[in-house]
Amino acid sequence: MVAIVGQTKNIALSARGRKNVSVTSIDTPRVGLFVTCLVDAMRPRIGFAAIALLEAAGCVVDIPQRQTCCGQPALNSGDHDGTVAIAQQTIALLEGYDHVVIPSGSCAATICGHYPELFPVGSPWYERASALAGKTFELISYLADIRHWSPDRVALAAHATYHDSCSGLRELGIKAQPRRLLAGVAGLSITEMEGAETCCGFGGTFCVKYPSISNAIVDEKASHVTASGAGLLLGGDLGCLMNMAGKLHRSGSPVRAFHAAEVLAGMADGPAIGEEP
Amino acid sequence: MSTAFTARVDAALADRTLKIAIDRTTGTARSKRAAAVAAWPHFQQARALGRDIKAHVTANLAHYLAEFERNAIASGAQVHWARNAEEACEIVIGLCRQAGARSVTRAKSMLGEEIGLPHALAEAGIERVETDLAEHIVQLAGDTPSHIVWPALHKTREQVGELFRANHADPGALASVEAMVGSARRQLRAKFMAADVGISGANFLIADTGAICTVTNEGNAELTTTPPRVHIVTAGIEKLVPSLSHAMSLLRLLVRSATGAELTQYTTFHCGPKRAGDADGPQAFHIVLVDNGRSKMLTDGLAEMLSCLRCGACLNHCVVYRHIGGHAYGGTYPGPMGSVLTPVLDGLETSNDLPKACTLNGQCQEVCPVMIPLPTLLRGWRDRSWREGLEPATVRGAVWAWRLMVMRPGLYRLATRIAVPMMRLFARRGWIAAMPLAGGWTRHRDFPAPARQTFMDQIRQQRGQS
Ligand code: SF4
Repeated sequence: MVAIVGQTKNIALSARGRKNVSVTSIDTPRVGLFVTCLVDAMRPRIGFAAIALLEAAGCVVDIPQRQTCCGQPALNSGDHDGTVAIAQQTIALLEGYDHVVIPSGSCAATICGHYPELFPVGSPWYERASALAGKTFELISYLADIRHWSPDRVALAAHATYHDSCSGLRELGIKAQPRRLLAGVAGLSITEMEGAETCCGFGGTFCVKYPSISNAIVDEKASHVTASGAGLLLGGDLGCLMNMAGKLHRSGSPVRAFHAAEVLAGMADGPAIGEEP
Repeated sequence: MSTAFTARVDAALADRTLKIAIDRTTGTARSKRAAAVAAWPHFQQARALGRDIKAHVTANLAHYLAEFERNAIASGAQVHWARNAEEACEIVIGLCRQAGARSVTRAKSMLGEEIGLPHALAEAGIERVETDLAEHIVQLAGDTPSHIVWPALHKTREQVGELFRANHADPGALASVEAMVGSARRQLRAKFMAADVGISGANFLIADTGAICTVTNEGNAELTTTPPRVHIVTAGIEKLVPSLSHAMSLLRLLVRSATGAELTQYTTFHCGPKRAGDADGPQAFHIVLVDNGRSKMLTDGLAEMLSCLRCGACLNHCVVYRHIGGHAYGGTYPGPMGSVLTPVLDGLETSNDLPKACTLNGQCQEVCPVMIPLPTLLRGWRDRSWREGLEPATVRGAVWAWRLMVMRPGLYRLATRIAVPMMRLFARRGWIAAMPLAGGWTRHRDFPAPARQTFMDQIRQQRGQS
C-alpha cells in the first residue's frame, strides 16, 4: 500500500480562519485605520465608531490620508495587473504601522489572504505583502482577540439578529467575536436567524452584474431577517448591510440596520442605514 | 452577462415549482450532511487525508494509470483509451455493435452525460434504457440532469407522477413515492434482463487490483452490469486511487457529503469478466478511460479540480445554484464544480458567465470533502477571461476608470467629494429608489443615501490634517 504523506497532522481542527497572524503584543500599538472606500463615501459614522473603539481599546489611531480602496473590485473582475498596482500602493501606505485595522471582513481578507497570493513566493513584494497580511485585522475581531477589549457601560435596549458576512466568516474565522462583544451591551438581545451564515447575495460587483440572481438571494435573506423577529440587523460589512437594508426597505420592512461597531461604540441611538439624521 | 445565460437564469427564477423542488432536495441533503459531519469527530482530518490522496494520484497520474491498466488486463478486462468525448463515444458504440446490441441499459454516470453518450447511442440507433430512477425520469421527460447526484432534482414528485401516468404501461394509482417506484420497477425490470450490453460509470478505479467501484442507492447498477453479456465502464482518468483502502477513505467522505448516509445501499466492486465457476457476470468487461480535457487541467492551473468526487455538496450549499438550479448553468455539470469544469469542456468563450456568476462566499470550499479551493479556481477563470480580452468593453472601461482614480488619491478625494453630494440629489428621506447607472441595484432594492461629506473630508476638518 502506498502511504500518502501530507499535512494531515498539523492542520487546524477548524476549517475556518487565517493562518498568518504574526503580531507581537504591544501596549499602545500605533494603528493605521483603513476605513474602506464604502465607509468613506457612504457611511462615515462607521469610521468614527472605529476610531472611538480603537482608542477605548488603548490604541493610537492614525488615518493614512492617501488611502482609497483595497482593490477588491479589480481582484474580483480578474484584472490581475490592476490589483497588483493597487496592492503595492496600499502595502506601501500601510506597512509602517504596528497594526492595520479595517471595519470590514472582506477588505481585511483581501489584504490578509489575497495580497500575498498576487506576488511570486519569496519575491520582495511577497515578503512585504505577507508582513502586512500578518498584522492586518478586521475591527471587531481585533478588539476581541488582540486587544481583549469588551464594552463597558454601553447600553442599547433592542432585539437584534446578526449576519455573518462570508469573507470575514470563512477567510478570517469571525463568528464568535462579534457575538461575544455584543453580549456585553446592556439591554441588547440577539436572536439567530435561519441561514445567518448564508451569503446575502451582495458579492461586490456581482450584485450589479447579475442583479436578478442577487435579488433572489437577498430576497430570501430579507425574509429570514424578518422571520427572526428582530428589530435590528447587525453585521460587520457595510456592503452586505446596504444590500440587505436596501431590500428590507424596498419591501416595507421596519427592520433597521447598523454596523456592529456603531452599536459597540454607543452610536446606535443615531440614524440607521438609510435614515437621515 | 450573455443573453443566453440571462434567458436561462430568468426562466429558472420565474419557475416557482423549480425553487420548491430544489429546496426540498438540497435542504434535506444539507441537514443530513451536517448531522453526519457532526457525528464524525475527525472529519477535518479525514478531509485533509482525502485531499492528500487525490493530490498524490494527480501528481502521479501516469504511474497509476499504467498500473491500473496492467492489473485490469490481468483480470481479464479490456482497456480502451479515449482522448476526447468523440473517441469515447465511438469506442462505446463500436463495442455495442460488436456485441450485436439492440438494447443497452445504462446506470447513471455523469461522465456518460459529459461525453454525450445518450445522444450518440440514439444516433447509432441503439435503444437506451436508463435504469437509475432519476435518470429514467429525465429520459421520459426528454430532459438533461440538473444535479450530479439527483439528476431529476428539478422535478417535484407531483410532476413525476404525471410523467409516469403518461408513459408507463401499468402506472397504477401512484399515490405515494413507493407506488411510483413500483411503477418504474414494473416498467424497467423486463428491460434490465433483456439488454445485451450494460453501461456504467465508475466512482473509483483501483490501481493495484484493476477493479472498479460503483456506488448506488437503488441497486440498478448491479442489474445493469450483471445480467448483460457485455459490461462497458466509462470513467474519467481522475477516478484513480492507489488501493482499496484509499477508496474506502474517500468513500466515507463521498457518501456522507452527498447524502449524509454512512454508506450507499450498494457499493460494488467489479474486477474482470465472469470467470469459470462464477454464478454470474458479463462475458466481456470493457473499461474506457476518458481524458476529455483532464490532462490539460494538470498544466492549466486546475489540477486540484481533478480531486473532485462528484459528491454534489458544493451544489447543495451554493446560494446561486439553490436559486437558479442546474439547467441555467448550461453545461453538463452545474453549481460551483460545474462553473470550474464547464469552461474546460465547452470553452471559456461560451461559458465565461459561470465563473463570474458567483459571490465568492466560500461555502462550497468549506463543505468540499477533498478541500478543493473552488473560489480560487473560479478566480483563475476570471483572470483568464480578463487576460484573453473576453470581458465586455463596458466592464473593462469601468474598471479602468475606477482604477485610474484609486491610484491617484488626490483625484479620488476630489471625485468622491463631488459624487457624494450628487448622489444625494436622488434621495428621498434617506433612500434612493432610482439613479442613473445604478439600475442593477435599484431595480430590486433601495440604495441608502450617503452622508453629506465623506469620512476623509470630515476627518481632515476635525484633525486639521491636509
Ligand atoms: S467540488 Fe468538492 S463538493 Fe463539489 S462535487 Fe466535487 S468533491 Fe463534491
